[in-house]
Amino acid sequence: MSAENQASVHVHRDDVATKMGMWFFLFSELLLFGGLFLMYSVYRYTHQHDFHIAAEGMNIFLGTANTIILLTSSLTMALAITAMQKGKKILSLSLQIITFLFGLAFLVNKFFEWSAEFREGNYPGSPILTAKPSGQILYYGLYYTMVGLHGVHVIAGMTVIAFMIRFTIKGIITKDNYVKLEAAGLYWHLVDIIWIFLFPLFYLIT
Amino acid sequence: MEENKVQHVHTPGYGIYFYVWLALITLTALTATVAGVNFGKLSIVVALIIAAVKSYLVLTEFMHLKFEMRAFRIFVIVAILFFTILIVLLFSDYSFY
Repeated sequence: MSAENQASVHVHRDDVATKMGMWFFLFSELLLFGGLFLMYSVYRYTHQHDFHIAAEGMNIFLGTANTIILLTSSLTMALAITAMQKGKKILSLSLQIITFLFGLAFLVNKFFEWSAEFREGNYPGSPILTAKPSGQILYYGLYYTMVGLHGVHVIAGMTVIAFMIRFTIKGIITKDNYVKLEAAGLYWHLVDIIWIFLFPLFYLIT
Repeated sequence: MEENKVQHVHTPGYGIYFYVWLALITLTALTATVAGVNFGKLSIVVALIIAAVKSYLVLTEFMHLKFEMRAFRIFVIVAILFFTILIVLLFSDYSFY
């Protein structure tokens, strides 16, 4: 048996199981955010008018911009995996870096959005906010919790992508072994899906 | 035997992803525009349907569910089904609250 054959026979990998493990982790994320979405739905149902009033204070432009940023970052992540499958290491690396930068742009937008909210006095526990009707306090509480937790996921996703960039440079992720990049992509796309629901629920209440 | 544990490349090409992205952006524009129109109680339904279509596109195309073994798709459907049951049971209670 030649050295090459041996290499292909003794591979200690199970790509299907790796991805399945990642999917199971994503289901646990569904439970984490699912509980929050349930809480949101009940409070929105019981305080419809207050939610409507509070949502009018949201910056729809920044929200829409962030939606487009995240959707585009999902595109570049998917393209990075395809590029790696085709053996185009530099292209894949560039796309991963672009994905990371889109994540950063999302957070910068979020920073400006939250800064504006804080300046208006709509931060948790502020005198201005606590003087508002309870439904609006609930809206802002849910807004900071859910969008904040999503922001933490964006930071986590960027950390994972940073590792993938390192792995790609070091040649650990290759044309024939890119399952790590795929798993990172799954996480990043989940973060995108959560935002797909957060955006209409917090910014577009009519 | 070991061979089938290492995944095979599907090479879907770059093109399809751009179309999916274009569809996602279009749906985002649609949901932002439609939000200005007052459908009353239907507004939330329209917004959630658009969000569901967008999620479907991300799951099947970006997350490669259409290339994966059938077991993956079943897992996802079961997870979404149970979450739906959770919402339906909750609101079967709250609607009469």
